[in-house]
This record gives sequence, structure tokens and C-alpha cells, in this order.
Amino acid sequence: MAESVLNPLMQEFLSSGKPMVEFKDVSIRFDGPAVLDSINFAVMHGETRILLGPAGCGKSVLMKLANGLLEPDSGEIFVFGRSLGEMTETEIFEMRAHVGMVFQESALFDSLSVENNVAYRLCEEHVAPETIHARVIEALQFVELEKAIDKFPSELSGGMRRRVSIARAIISQPDLILYDSPTGGLDPITSNTIIELIVKQRDVSHTTCLLITHRLQDAFTLATHRYDAVQQKMVSIPDGGIDPGTKFLVLNEGKIVFDGTTLELTHTENPWLRRFIE
Amino acid sequence: MRFVSPEAYVKSIVASVQDYSLLCARAVGDLFSRPRYVADMFTQMDSIGAGSLPIVVLTGFFTGCVLALQAAVSLKEFGAVNMTGELVTLSMVKELGPVLTGLMVSGRNASGMASELGSMKVSEQIDAMRALGTDPIRKLVTPRLVATVVMLFFLTIISDACGIAGGAFVSVAMLKLNAATFFHTGYMSLAHGDVVEGLVKPLFSGFIIATVGCYYGLRTTGGTSGVGKSTTQAVVASSVFIILTDFLVTQLMIGFFGR
Repeated sequence: MAESVLNPLMQEFLSSGKPMVEFKDVSIRFDGPAVLDSINFAVMHGETRILLGPAGCGKSVLMKLANGLLEPDSGEIFVFGRSLGEMTETEIFEMRAHVGMVFQESALFDSLSVENNVAYRLCEEHVAPETIHARVIEALQFVELEKAIDKFPSELSGGMRRRVSIARAIISQPDLILYDSPTGGLDPITSNTIIELIVKQRDVSHTTCLLITHRLQDAFTLATHRYDAVQQKMVSIPDGGIDPGTKFLVLNEGKIVFDGTTLELTHTENPWLRRFIE
Repeated sequence: MRFVSPEAYVKSIVASVQDYSLLCARAVGDLFSRPRYVADMFTQMDSIGAGSLPIVVLTGFFTGCVLALQAAVSLKEFGAVNMTGELVTLSMVKELGPVLTGLMVSGRNASGMASELGSMKVSEQIDAMRALGTDPIRKLVTPRLVATVVMLFFLTIISDACGIAGGAFVSVAMLKLNAATFFHTGYMSLAHGDVVEGLVKPLFSGFIIATVGCYYGLRTTGGTSGVGKSTTQAVVASSVFIILTDFLVTQLMIGFFGR
């Protein structure tokens, strides 16, 4: 990937040691009981936080809250050290320039080609067309999909769409990536390809990320594997090692039931959690 | 059918009016600040204006034809067939041109906007747009609003012209009237207020078509069936609002110009 484009303010924030994302007592409800109830957690720089939990427990809502796509009923959300509630709409749009998001169903713009989908953010920033094309190629090479540059989303398989979505999220070299079920609905082989790309992105760019997954094996693959730049593939961390930057957050019925490291999760005494991970 | 309490029903209506008003205010407000999506405006102008041209031309022409036929039957009883041109021209310019064009463009474009934006909404493309740092109202609604208002204005003029041409065709070919008399009486019957009235109406209709179509599109929920529902609601609501606004503008213009 191209050289980091962090602006001075962001570099100053990163060196301050404050959390990249912080939820303080966040609650939200739609028509009915609370979808998220008094959520507190923080994601530090360089951390990969995996969100687990049964379907409908509020994981995607939490992800949308973190990107300012939804507003909480109560509590405060800090992204890059600033409270989203205190930002104007323009400031939130500016904040999102530093956040990449991969949606559950890819959410590619179906009227745009793969190239224009991936280039979307750069076009909005009025980057020179030659630079845009070069960076699109680079992002598509990262997800090994450069041959599909002229295709439209309707011509792609589910896995390819997810890879284009990842390319679109990483093209601006964001400081935070939000993955909403990137392997949801995909076959195991394609899921593994997507997880490999996420590991590659994590280990090459050291980007902070929040990732939702329903597949425990994907979560543990992220925790126990690293990207080998020499072999250009994902390999197991030797001696049963665990990636120290990968942590877990488990939700159930809108509440946090676990917040900790991989080892803490696998050694939990909580009976519900044991049933869930087994 | 699901029944809701009267309180919840009233609250939902008030919330809808509030959301619609906010959407309109933001869509207009975005015109006065950057970034402006000028290329999108021209794309929409092509889609809405050039795309609607055939139906507007055909509707206008045949409305003029029918109007001339019907008018001639009634006017003949009073020995005033020569006034067919006056009746057709006045009716087309003041009323039928603006309203029928508005309804036709509404049927074609309010539904198109609602279904396009609705599909984007249910497939999370609107959220993706926001996540990529683009304001969907600025990017999607404002260009459609500008394009519809501008193009409906010109489409109405074309519709008026085609209607008068249709009336002239029937008058000359079927009623054996003099073409010069038809156009002369028509031209002489038009006052300044009539033209202003006919040209103000499409501005309101264009605003209604774009905002109602986009509003229903952006509030779509419930997958593909939700898109269908939004499309239907957009056409029904915009058609009713166009006729209601036509009544109000006519009343206002009568107050201004006395005719």
C-alpha cells in the first residue's frame, strides 16, 4: 500500500495513547427493548477487536454507532478522542474520511463499475485521475481482484463483492476499519480468503479494526495467525502463539458479557460464554 | 392490516411532516454550500428532461387535440367555433399543460427516484455513501431537485406548444377552421398573468416531484416489497400534492392578476 497519509492532528492523537474508539455507557433502543444497554469498552491503537454474539444482539448497531451512522439515546461515543455527539454533521463526514467500513452485504454502488466503486472516496476528495487509477489498481491487487476492474457488482460473486468492498474501505489508508460480518453468507473457502485479507491488512498496515463475525473459527484464525510477507500468505503463529493485539468483545441481549483477550475468552468460567464458544 | 392507536397514528404523521420538511430544507440549503454535484445535476437533467420528452410531447399534443374536439362541439351551439383557438390556448397554458406535465413527470420520475433511492437504502448503499464521507442529501436529493425544477419548467413550455399544435391540427384538419385565426385568437386571448401562472406552477410541481420521490425513497424499509410500496406512495402523494398546489397557486394568481 502507499505511504501513510496521516495528517499532523491524527499523528498527535495516535501518540497521545488515547483509545481509537471508546463507548461510555451507550444505550440505544428502537421500537421495543434496548438494543444496546449501557455499553462500555475501548479499542486502542493497533488493536483488532472482534465482536461476537448471537444474531440480533446489537453487533451491527454498535458498528453503525461507532461510525456515526446512528446516534445513541444516551451515553457518549469517542472516535479518535472526539465525542461524536459534540461533532457537527460536517465534522462527522470529515471524521469518516479516516474510517473504512465493510458492510455485511458489501453495499457496493450497483450503478458504478468496480473501479469507480473503489475510487469513490478519492473522487470525492478530487484526487488527480492518474493517481486515483494507480491507487485503485494497488487496492485491487491487495485483494487480488485487479482483473475485475471493469466489471459491475452484479457480475461478481459474493466473495468478490466482499473483496471489492475491502478494497474500497482501505484505499484511503484509514486509521480505523470497521468490518461488519465480512464472511457472512460465504462458503468456508471464500471466508478463509477474506480472513486472510483482513490478517494481511492488519499485519501490513497495523490498522486498528473492529470486526463482527458469526463464525468462531474466523475469530480464532485472526487470533492465532499472522501474515507472512515472505511466503505471501497467512500462517499460524509459531508455538501456538496468539496475536497480542487481537481482543474479544462478546454481546448478548444488548449487554457486554465479555471484554478481554483470546486467552481470557478460552479460559472463561461463564457458563453461557462456555456454551457459546463451544 | 395492522391497526395502530390514534395517538401513534397522529405522531407518525407529525414525524413524517417533520422529516419531509427537514429533507426539503437541507436539500435547498445544500445549494448554497460546497461541494455541489454539478455533474450529477446534468445527468439528472438528461434523465428527467430528455427522458420525459416523448411522454410530455405525446400527452400535450393529444390533450390539445381532444380539447379542440370537445370545445368545438360546445362552441358550435353558440356559433362561436372560431373561439376554439382561444379556449385551447388558454386551457393549455394556464391549466392543462402545467398539471398534465407535472402528473406525467411525477408518474415517471417520482416513482423512479423512490425506487432508485429505495433500492439503495435497503441494500445499505445510502449508509455506505455516508460511511464514505458523502452526504446523501447533497449527492442524491439536491441534484434531482434542481434538475426536476429546471426541466419541468421547460417541459411544460414544450407541452403547451404541443397542445396548441394538436388543437390547431384538429381545428384545421377536422373542423376546417383557419389556422391563422386559430393562432391569432389564441395569442390575443393570453394575458401576462396567464403566462406567469402557467410558468409558476411547474416550479412548485418540480419541487414536489423531486422531494416527495426522494423522501419516500430514503425512508424505505423492508426489502424489495418496501421499495414497491415506497414507489406507489411517492406517485400517489406527489400527484395529489401537484393537484392541491395547482389549486392553491391558481387561487393565488387570481388574487394577483384578477383572472
